[in-house]
Amino acid sequence: MGNIFKIAIRNLLRYKRRTLLTATLVTLGVVFVLVFTAVAGSFKNMMIGQITDSMMGHLQIHRKGYVAAIDSLPLNMGIKQTGYEKLEALLKQEKEIEAYSPRIKFGGMFSNFNETTNIRLNGVYPEKEFATVPLLPERVVSGEKSLNKGDIMVPELLARGMNVKVGDTVVIIATNQSGSVNGKQFRVSGILESATGPGGRDGYIQFDDAVDLLRMEQPEISEVAVRLKQFSKLSGVEKKLRGPLEAEKNPKGKPVFELHPWEKLSPFANIAKMLDLMTLFIKVMLIAIVLISIMNVMMMAVFERIREIGTIAAIGTPPATIRSLFLVEGLCLGLFGAVIGNSVGTIIILIVNLSNITFSFGQQTGLVMKAAIAPYDILMVSVIVVIVSVLATLQPAIRASRMQPIDALRHV
Amino acid sequence: MALVIAEQVSKMYRTGETEVDALKGVSFQIDPGSFVSFVGPSGSGKTTLLNLIGCLDAPSAGKLTVAGTDVATLNRTSGAAFRGSEMGFIFQDFNLLPVLSVFENVEYPLLMIQRTAEAERRERVMKLLEAVGMADQATKRPDQISGGQKQRVAVARALVTNPKLVLADEPTANLDHATAFMVITLMKQMRDQFGTTFVFSTHDPRIVGEAEVIHTLEDGILKGTEIMGGTA
Repeated sequence: MGNIFKIAIRNLLRYKRRTLLTATLVTLGVVFVLVFTAVAGSFKNMMIGQITDSMMGHLQIHRKGYVAAIDSLPLNMGIKQTGYEKLEALLKQEKEIEAYSPRIKFGGMFSNFNETTNIRLNGVYPEKEFATVPLLPERVVSGEKSLNKGDIMVPELLARGMNVKVGDTVVIIATNQSGSVNGKQFRVSGILESATGPGGRDGYIQFDDAVDLLRMEQPEISEVAVRLKQFSKLSGVEKKLRGPLEAEKNPKGKPVFELHPWEKLSPFANIAKMLDLMTLFIKVMLIAIVLISIMNVMMMAVFERIREIGTIAAIGTPPATIRSLFLVEGLCLGLFGAVIGNSVGTIIILIVNLSNITFSFGQQTGLVMKAAIAPYDILMVSVIVVIVSVLATLQPAIRASRMQPIDALRHV
Repeated sequence: MALVIAEQVSKMYRTGETEVDALKGVSFQIDPGSFVSFVGPSGSGKTTLLNLIGCLDAPSAGKLTVAGTDVATLNRTSGAAFRGSEMGFIFQDFNLLPVLSVFENVEYPLLMIQRTAEAERRERVMKLLEAVGMADQATKRPDQISGGQKQRVAVARALVTNPKLVLADEPTANLDHATAFMVITLMKQMRDQFGTTFVFSTHDPRIVGEAEVIHTLEDGILKGTEIMGGTA
């Protein structure tokens, strides 16, 4: 086998410029795939991380029908105390759950005593909320990274528009379930940076303040956000929870709860799918580049060497050996392109990370572009290139091994 | 027993609509250790006959036995194996592999066809390179040596597997007279040294005289056989 490699490599070196050109094409393809996969993948993971870790949690549980009406933040579709206790018992049982946070979500009027505007608010237990969405405190651009009784965290755009600063007093007016209006004074404890996705421009107050403001006799919870210990186990845990949750029926025999993973609730999930699809397309293009360029160069190689093939076949080289000679040549070409491509791609990814390129996405600015490539991806791309190289060489190699020595020797 | 036995061997080619009878019922025998030449004008069927003896092609009719094997029974793979073990080939255009050195070209059949152990391989290659006077050029590539030297390397390559039969189709056609004569003399020496049977075709009257048995072909028919020192 070593001799087949020796002859194959020498044959490749025979036409240095052509070999270099083909290997460069393969290299470029590999570099594009790696850099795109790294940048798109990292962007996707960063955005998913932000969405799940700074506002949504990994999973959300609502009373059945709430999500269909989520835009109006209905107050009459909350989970009652008894229901929440059952839910809590269920969540505490599941070992994969790291934290969960009950929320009261509602819309109200935000007044700075001069002007009034709309605001969407979450009433939360800060310690539970911060455990469930650990990046929430990171979004505080000024003020405290905590939320005490009587405090409100105001989204940045609203604070800017209403000219509100940390420490100011504001009034929140809200209508409760029965239609009566109540107002309550809050101290602005922090300004929150906007995040992409639903809930990214909500304000936060304490759970008990929300109960007070909405004059709830019994707290009714709009949603429970759940954080898992490992994001990768999402679908497993989702399946596991779905059974017992759906088994919970009201007196009419209808299910009480509904369970949604983050991607059912955030439109970014579609962008993430799109990115995955584009990564796939880029890989398909790589396959096409490798296939066409290597097949082309190997067909040429067979054509140019017909007399040589005739010679080695005449003196008794087995057809299988002739086939191997060409297959190994294609393999080496692909391997060479893959190795150089992976090296160059990794270096470019390193440069992207070191040069701190920033970009904007929606209302968010100054996001740092991070590119990360898993060893698995490098291995996958290499495997694709090598397999496609061999496949591309198969036809020319088989053709060479089937040549009749006398015809090949007569070829001019 | 004769090494090659041809009984009424015919070969018909079809090129498009026309049929060409390249050989029309040729019969002869070649004895082991002989130095045989097929002569005749171009188109007389010399190359066709050598291709048949070399198991590169099968006869259309008649029976051809080489080293005890009926060549019609060989397929692509068994034909290659048979040629690799029983025969050596010398070509008009030398046909050395350009990417291999002189040493590696001679080594090729032992390495890629017979898979001989390294020590033995080295010994046999060097012995043959010395016999053809090319040992000092062993590391050169084919494009660094002359035509005559290339053909000497080709002779060494043909002999390295210890074949029973070496076939050479017009081995001197691309060489000047002095070199051609040298190559034929070398082939004869090799026959003397290793006892290998040599069969070559030529239309060069200057070297025909070196053969010990001369078969004359004309229009696909064997016109006569001349054994040096008498006519058969």
